[in-house]
Amino acid sequence: MSQMIGKQSISFTEPPYILASGSVVGKKEGEGPLGKCFDMVCDDDKFGSESWEDAESTLQKEAVALAMGKAGLKQEEIRYIFAGDLLGQTIATSFGIMNYKIPLFGVYGACSTAGESISLAAMSVAGGFADTVMAVTSSHFASAEKQFRFPLEYGNQRPASATWTVTGSGAFVIGTKKTHTKITGITTGKIVDYGIRDSMNMGAAMAPAACDLIAAHFEDFQTKPKDYDKIVTGDLGYVGKKILLDLLKEKGFDISEMHTDCGIEIFDKDSQGTDSGGSGCGCSAVTLSAHFLPHIEKGVLKRVLFVPTGALLSTVSFNEGQNVPGIAHGVVIEYEE
Amino acid sequence: MAKKEQVSEEKQAKQQQYNEYVKQITPTRSLPLQMLKAFITGGLICTLGQFILNICEGNGLDKDTSGGWCSMILILLSIVLTGLNIYPSIAKWGGAGALVPITGFANSVAAPAIEFQKEGQVFGIGCKIFTIAGPVILYGIFTSWALGVIYWIGKMIGFF
Repeated sequence: MSQMIGKQSISFTEPPYILASGSVVGKKEGEGPLGKCFDMVCDDDKFGSESWEDAESTLQKEAVALAMGKAGLKQEEIRYIFAGDLLGQTIATSFGIMNYKIPLFGVYGACSTAGESISLAAMSVAGGFADTVMAVTSSHFASAEKQFRFPLEYGNQRPASATWTVTGSGAFVIGTKKTHTKITGITTGKIVDYGIRDSMNMGAAMAPAACDLIAAHFEDFQTKPKDYDKIVTGDLGYVGKKILLDLLKEKGFDISEMHTDCGIEIFDKDSQGTDSGGSGCGCSAVTLSAHFLPHIEKGVLKRVLFVPTGALLSTVSFNEGQNVPGIAHGVVIEYEE
Repeated sequence: MAKKEQVSEEKQAKQQQYNEYVKQITPTRSLPLQMLKAFITGGLICTLGQFILNICEGNGLDKDTSGGWCSMILILLSIVLTGLNIYPSIAKWGGAGALVPITGFANSVAAPAIEFQKEGQVFGIGCKIFTIAGPVILYGIFTSWALGVIYWIGKMIGFF
């Protein structure tokens, strides 16, 4: 039986389950509203490493270890790992999970990588190509600033629309073993370009992609906003959230009641000075792992549409005058008794 | 071909419309407040400079030598504060008031040196120390050269 549905979605006939997840964050995230929920908060943002890049690798390594430990699995029992990060050539991933000896699919979807890797992991399990796989993503404030903006010690002012890259890594174990959380479907996003050139306003660059994906999801699954307890975007922040709600309203969908954004949830913008909110691959991954998954597991939330969003740019494309297009990936996570 | 142009025009209009909408809803910082903070920060740095200058002159140094000491002390102070990660907080509060004086320039050179140290003495610090200050140095030297040429020509034709 075909599991394809609509134009860009899959509805799994035998939904894969999320067996366990692990989240590791830095000090600032630990001080935020979700601070107590994370599995591990490290006071040293260098995680005992020599460089920021190495620190991000350590984040991934720890998140994978935590998730495997919680699922009670050994590395030999993980068939594949789908992993990615924001650094050039995804080096945080390469050096982070190198020692695990698990067959790897490296993925890149900017900050939407959490959604992309979970989608692929779910497909591989639902398709019968693997029994237990993992999806892991990470981001680090300092390594991202170094790569995309300025050195940390350089004094400058951030515009009010800027987001704050989350230092964190989230890992998910996905498999056939029954639990309370299952992935029932996915919708894969297209690249959407609305002509934004401002790399300090990622929310505005990514909101159209989130809108496009959510509308396509409703169309493909023949559902309405009310069918979901929560629609969770990745890192649109305050600016992007407003745009998303406006754009979807134009298309005839009102999701203001059930919409929330991981970038908004993870920081307290007034006391933490994070302006528009959190961002990065780690933002949506750790928020899903530490905040939303436990709620789904308890049955407080029955059906959640998780939509991490990414801005597709590099410093080269930006300096050469290209727009900043966006992408989003949707994953439906449901509660099972 | 004509149809394609029409489509791209339509797309451009849509993108322009979206950009205008985004501009409208994106929050901005209060300009008068920022200007006041910059005024205070910049003013304090300049007052400190004047203080150093006065001390040097009071100790019998001539004006040029005093100016040299003043710049060097301010640069040293900025680099030390950068190393202690204090200068970014000053710049965050004071904006251009902290970036425009010589201390801001020193910060923009010291910061990449610290950040890229891990990539080695040559390819790290050597190649990247001027990633922020480079344009200022290049175009600063170029502009002074261009003005020098103008001055030279002006002098030859008796304009100056």
